[in-house]
Amino acid sequence: MWLVARLECYRLFMSPLAWVLLALVQLLLAYLFLTHIDYFSQVQGQIAAIPGAPGVTELIVAPLLSNMAIVLLLVTPFITMRSFAEERRNESLPLLMTAPLSVAQIVIGKYLGLLGFFVLLLLLLMLMPLSMLLGSPIDIYQLAAGFIGLLLLLSSMIAIGIFMSSLTAQPVIAAVSSFCLLFLLWIIDWAGQSDSAGSNVFSWLSLISHFEPLLRGEMFSADIIYYLLVSTAFLLMTIRRLDSLRVAS
Amino acid sequence: MSSQTLLSAEQLSRRFGLQTAVQSVSFSVVQGEVLGFLGPNGAGKSTTMKMLTGNLAPDSGKVIINGIDLLADPKAAKRHIGYLPENPPLYRELTVREFLTFCARLHGLSNKLIQPAVDNVIERCGLQTMQRRLIGQLSKGYQQRCGIAQAIIHQPDVVILDEPTSGLDPIQIQQIRQLIRDIAHQHSVILSTHILPEVEMLCDRVQIMHQGQLVFSDTLQALQSQRQHAALKVAFRSPPSVTALANLPGIINVETINTQQFRLHFSPEQDPTDTLLHTAVAENWQLTQLTPEQDSLEQLFTQLVSNETEGAAA
Repeated sequence: MWLVARLECYRLFMSPLAWVLLALVQLLLAYLFLTHIDYFSQVQGQIAAIPGAPGVTELIVAPLLSNMAIVLLLVTPFITMRSFAEERRNESLPLLMTAPLSVAQIVIGKYLGLLGFFVLLLLLLMLMPLSMLLGSPIDIYQLAAGFIGLLLLLSSMIAIGIFMSSLTAQPVIAAVSSFCLLFLLWIIDWAGQSDSAGSNVFSWLSLISHFEPLLRGEMFSADIIYYLLVSTAFLLMTIRRLDSLRVAS
Repeated sequence: MSSQTLLSAEQLSRRFGLQTAVQSVSFSVVQGEVLGFLGPNGAGKSTTMKMLTGNLAPDSGKVIINGIDLLADPKAAKRHIGYLPENPPLYRELTVREFLTFCARLHGLSNKLIQPAVDNVIERCGLQTMQRRLIGQLSKGYQQRCGIAQAIIHQPDVVILDEPTSGLDPIQIQQIRQLIRDIAHQHSVILSTHILPEVEMLCDRVQIMHQGQLVFSDTLQALQSQRQHAALKVAFRSPPSVTALANLPGIINVETINTQQFRLHFSPEQDPTDTLLHTAVAENWQLTQLTPEQDSLEQLFTQLVSNETEGAAA
């Protein structure tokens, strides 16, 4: 299992895609980081007079993490699309299937490998808010909650991406369909904003509505369980799907 | 030589939708044997091999590898097989050495054994000069070798090769055949092909599949004796009349290819070659070509299949 994870991560770094994504995501978020700082320095004088006004963490770190979530939503499908669709297209899946591994080990291995890559990306991104420590104190705990939130969010997005990738032998279809599903789970929250009776259900389903409390530094076990449930459910579905590939005609 | 059964398949069947790909196929492989799977395209060879390696679940039937049921305990059973599918499963972005090291780990070799095992297969498959190259940059022949290396790295009891020589040039085919012969010293091999001479060169035992069924399963000698009709292709500079040829003892039928070339069919018990030579010299026919012809694979199939149906009728 760890071996599959290691290979998956290693193969990612063998491809230019991973490096390009790392660099571009970093660049994009660095720019957003700067705009937030810029805005903060503009309003700093005005809010300094107000008692109980939002501080640096609320005005810079929280929006930045929220931006990260959106950028990662755009990026994950491109990384996860490879996991099974490409193996099936290259017909290299028999290598893993013939090896003394269970399907569950293959799927979880791939998942951990991709998660490893994104944790690395996330740690690099975290350097930006942490660099603010040089000039001003920030709320480390709120940042940590946001980090955990992003991690859980990523974990669900990777699981969804892997599942979509196992459905097709075309990486591009996998990317597009996982992007659509992720986006749907993202914006379903809007339906939850209305006052009708069933709207709470939509709001509860949304990926973003469980992320926002974490961004504010509030950790609810319900939110954490939601992400773990989503990840587990999609991984289980992937295992079922790969199993059925052997049986189906 | 001990003849322990390493792999046995019992009543394997597999359907794709309405089409039956493989129908109650049973066979076994003993230690140190090379078993050839012969059949035209679409006969069910690859499907059978996928079922043997756990890549495809059979609708019914059983696969026992080294005494372990593949369907009941796939992880333990898979340790004893090495498999090269039709398209070698390779990661193009890795180097040969990296890839083989990964495969060795994948098959659960302990850290100590990995490097010797990798060195061993690299040497056996003639990949020494290529070991630092990316697999994606290698030629088809070397990729095929890489695929074979991957299949034998963990010293499996049974090596299953699906059309190992397809798509290669004649020299590469020679090299791969040599490699398979070497492998056969240490492992039992099941290989599939649609090329008859390949089976004759490599295999101890032959199984012929046709439309998902085993129509023939015996030793190579038995296969050769099965080929009842034999023919001679002859050419003369001053050819005799067709009747003169047909009157030679043992000749069943004379087929005229052109004015100078003929195909003589004869029954295998009565080889007319000697008589033909003597007569040709005596009559001054000026023989220019004398080629023994054997049945093509297609003829063999039709013959075997018709034998099968006749047997069933009787």
